Amino acid sequence: MSDTHTTEPVLKIEGLSIAYEPGRYAVKDVSATVRRNSITAIMGPSGCGKSTLLRAMNRMHELYPNIETRGDILLDGKSIFPMSVIELRRKVGMVFQRPNPFPNMTIYENVVAGYSLNDIRLKKNQRDEIVENALRNVTLWDEVKEFLFRKGTFLSGGQQQRLCVARAIAFNPEVLLLDEPTSALDPIATSKIEDLLGELKKKYTIVLVTHNMSQAARISDDSMFMYLGELVEAGRTETLFTTPKDARTEAYLTGKFG
Amino acid sequence: MSGDKVTKALLFLSSLTILLLSAGIVLSLTGGAIPAFREYGFSFITSTVWNPTSGSEEYGALPFIAGTVITSLLALLLCIPMAFSTSLFIAEYFRGTRTAGILRSLVDMLAGIPSIVYGFWGFYALRPLLISTGLTDQGFGIFTASLVLAIMIVPYATSLSTEIIAMVPSELKEAAYSLGATRREVIFRVIIPSARSGIVASFILALGRALGETMAVTMLIGNANIIPKGLFSPGNTMASVIANQFGEADGLKLSALIAIGLLLFAITALVNAAGKFIIRRFA
Repeated sequence: MSDTHTTEPVLKIEGLSIAYEPGRYAVKDVSATVRRNSITAIMGPSGCGKSTLLRAMNRMHELYPNIETRGDILLDGKSIFPMSVIELRRKVGMVFQRPNPFPNMTIYENVVAGYSLNDIRLKKNQRDEIVENALRNVTLWDEVKEFLFRKGTFLSGGQQQRLCVARAIAFNPEVLLLDEPTSALDPIATSKIEDLLGELKKKYTIVLVTHNMSQAARISDDSMFMYLGELVEAGRTETLFTTPKDARTEAYLTGKFG
Repeated sequence: MSGDKVTKALLFLSSLTILLLSAGIVLSLTGGAIPAFREYGFSFITSTVWNPTSGSEEYGALPFIAGTVITSLLALLLCIPMAFSTSLFIAEYFRGTRTAGILRSLVDMLAGIPSIVYGFWGFYALRPLLISTGLTDQGFGIFTASLVLAIMIVPYATSLSTEIIAMVPSELKEAAYSLGATRREVIFRVIIPSARSGIVASFILALGRALGETMAVTMLIGNANIIPKGLFSPGNTMASVIANQFGEADGLKLSALIAIGLLLFAITALVNAAGKFIIRRFA
């Protein structure tokens, strides 16, 4: 890993096209790279294919029949498609738009759900350590340490979402995918998640889908702008926001549509 | 009066009719049952004697209560594996496919077959089959009745469980898949636990149907007014003793049959209320 640290991108997307119905592409021939230990924001108006692109990175599309994927995605230089999907999803964790802790599990069980779902047996002290670390990493520990054995669903929306981040990082993935993780949250909970992502990028590579431009501007290092399934423009966030090359990017950033 | 008020009054009257009807049924059942309860008291429920010979008349409901409870529970037991796996198949494994759609309509069609047809089928198709196994001479009895009952309640349980399982949010399933869970793990660790109370409730409601089912059971249970001695022993249920004997009953016997009807009504209402309570509370 160390020798690839600076040279090779974590994720490399090559000519990726995705169709929900034959011939109707939601993502069209997208090529892009994601740098290690950075936050990459994918933005664009609704229906532009940004979530579709994100969900290809951990092969979520395979859960549904008839979704056609062409092109390739490389994780550390290796194609994700021949990989075992279980291995892949352990390396590429995911947080969803709406907080979705497992309602039948306690906070503690939610954090280690990745292990219990996969039948990985851990000693109690290992489990305790994973739970505490993950919850500390998402700054939730002090808020919930007294209630670890209560259901996760009694937490506030923002706390639930941080719990879901904790659940995703408990496996120590390389990449963390977040699909509009703050769209269901209030501004305070949103800023907590944003601060958290700034911390988490030291350990993980983060790919964030957002329809909130200012969020992308605030926290991302790199940005991609998608429109009608195409990747219109990608690059350093600073450059893309100050001197966009494409007229469509500029129109979006200045609020002409979206 | 404005049109709005007329509509409101009409709707109120119709609702009131329902209320009056159910109150009337309970009242007339209770009224009819009073002579039997006055004569035998609590022992009406615990006595096993059913003797309509005039002069030495004596009526006890225990054989019928036992018959009803045993056949219904046995039917439920037989129904659970069939209904549970079918609903998982429709709502999860083959969700959204043609196969699942066809199966779903077949299940609904099974629910629409009249009871008497099931009874007829049990009598002419299932009974000879059971006799040919050598386990039973006549083919009538608890097991035959329970088996047909089970087949009759499978559609209800399946249809309810299917809806409950399909209601498990896809976000939860995706969360589990995103953590590297396999399909089997998602089903057993996420879907079933989230849908558990609803699935239990759907089986309780199916039990409620089994308790009151009459025609098919009457045709197959053997109609012996005794506490069944085994799986292949004949017996009788609360619903079928009423169906068999109400025509020639009067006086104390009629009152005893009405009392059995009241008890059946109470048991079924309780079971249904329990099922609905669980659905409302946890689903």
